[in-house]
Amino acid sequence: MNRTPEADFRQALLNPELSAPAGLWAWNGSDPTTRFDVYRNNVIVSLIEALESTFSVVQRLVGEQFFRAMAREYLREHMPNHPVLARFGDSFPGFIAEFEPASSLPYLADTARLEWARVQAYHAMDAGPLSAETLQVALSEPERLPQLRISLHPSAHLLRSQYAAVSLWAAHQDLIPLSQVDPWQPEQALILRPQLEVEVIPLDRATAAFTACLIDGLTLGAAVDETLNTHSDFDLNAALALLLQRQALHVLSY
Amino acid sequence: MKTQPNLVPTRLATPAGETAAHHNLKAPSRFNTLPVSAGIGLKPEHYQALLDQLPEIGFLEVHAENYMVAGGPYHHYLSRLHEHYALSIHGVGLSIGGDAPLDEHHLSRLVTLLDRHPPERFSEHLAWSSHSGEFFNDLLPLPYTEERLKIVCEHVDQVQTRLKRQILLENPATYVQFAASSIPETEFLSAVVERTGCGLLLDVNNVYVSCINHGLNSRDYISALPCNRVGEIHLAGFSRDTDAAGAPLLIDSHGAPVADAVWNLYAYALELTGPVATLIERDNNIPPLPILVGEALRAQNLLLSRVDAAIEEPML
Repeated sequence: MNRTPEADFRQALLNPELSAPAGLWAWNGSDPTTRFDVYRNNVIVSLIEALESTFSVVQRLVGEQFFRAMAREYLREHMPNHPVLARFGDSFPGFIAEFEPASSLPYLADTARLEWARVQAYHAMDAGPLSAETLQVALSEPERLPQLRISLHPSAHLLRSQYAAVSLWAAHQDLIPLSQVDPWQPEQALILRPQLEVEVIPLDRATAAFTACLIDGLTLGAAVDETLNTHSDFDLNAALALLLQRQALHVLSY
Repeated sequence: MKTQPNLVPTRLATPAGETAAHHNLKAPSRFNTLPVSAGIGLKPEHYQALLDQLPEIGFLEVHAENYMVAGGPYHHYLSRLHEHYALSIHGVGLSIGGDAPLDEHHLSRLVTLLDRHPPERFSEHLAWSSHSGEFFNDLLPLPYTEERLKIVCEHVDQVQTRLKRQILLENPATYVQFAASSIPETEFLSAVVERTGCGLLLDVNNVYVSCINHGLNSRDYISALPCNRVGEIHLAGFSRDTDAAGAPLLIDSHGAPVADAVWNLYAYALELTGPVATLIERDNNIPPLPILVGEALRAQNLLLSRVDAAIEEPML
């Protein structure tokens, strides 16, 4: 079977070393490779720019030149598999974690995870928050409490980092001075969009562990047990109050 | 002045006559018809300014793929703005010009989007952008052969059937030509329009860019198209480069104001198409809203002069 022009294009688009695919010409007889470079440039640059737009703090942490080289490497193996660019880059944080030239910045991958979570929260399904009354009614039935399941808002994403990914991100939004950030300090945050704005809510380790259990679908009883196993200082009431107040809770079920 | 082509009065008989003659840009448009007026591409950086100022423009256009998300501000603002403006949804990811079958998942996403924000128009490109499960985020060229014509027509039929509406197909900006091509681009487009019943989205900047890039005459290009089937016009800016022989190579960048040569070609195109909804496209170096609205007004004035000229002439 004949190779289609599409297959030839694909190879040449992603490999700048190759000349233009066979079978192309220009009216003035000029070498079509210069012309083909317009497509090559459009494809690579537009996809790198899509990554830069999602991972702008990562870009500022490593600089534009390094970021573009890293993104170019990423594209070799991870072209988008659909035309919805809001969902392009899901594997970029994992790629950064394994990217040898960036290994001196171990917090980079988690910073990317936070930025990815913010974009996902931004475009997530809209939903109203759980009302305080609904939660009160559930809490007033202690015998059913262990079986209660509390699901989080559809936009909720949890970040648990061994590094100060949350503060590094905040410093690049001019929310705190970068000089105050200790990159080696573990941090956790809930990323959430209750209305139109995405919020990044710092959590203590115990509340983050508890939130992770809720996201995993554990019952309240199992979530509390598991959290207390690793965090004896866990304060359930404070955690629920915080999640309720920030509109992170969504639906209750048994 | 040259004689008005016959096809203009037939276009004016319905949509243009109703809306433009009253100069009421916000009059509700008929199903699958944009108001005969100038619009702008909707960009998130302009959401709030548009809602606050509600400038006198006829319609807004969005890229379909940007709105294929579950919820959030994009849908919020699009819904609110659609209460004030007609909406054109412009696809960039269907890969209609490709030789591979259309992506059913993507068609489903499109149906969902058009149900959620029923647009006054849907349009796509004579180009391909996906191959073997990879998306290239660019509008890539195709060889114009009988074999490919058949495939493209099947794709357009499939899209029109799924969306239950006529679509507009946009002429591409291209930088290379295929030795295998046996049909001129204008004939290829005319055949797709003829066989599928789709309309044309005439991108005047693309015509200008492609004709310079391939040593063609842009007026001849436009007059070779079925201009009575043009349902929308696009205007945009290009950037300049040169090819390996030093000849001008124009790039459809959507990153600059509309060039004077493209405005002139637009005025010429309007003589053949009659007054048609016209979009100012800007996707890069996005200026403040008033600049885009200013460009839209310039197009609007050219459009209205065509409306007045056509109204003064007797209907045939």
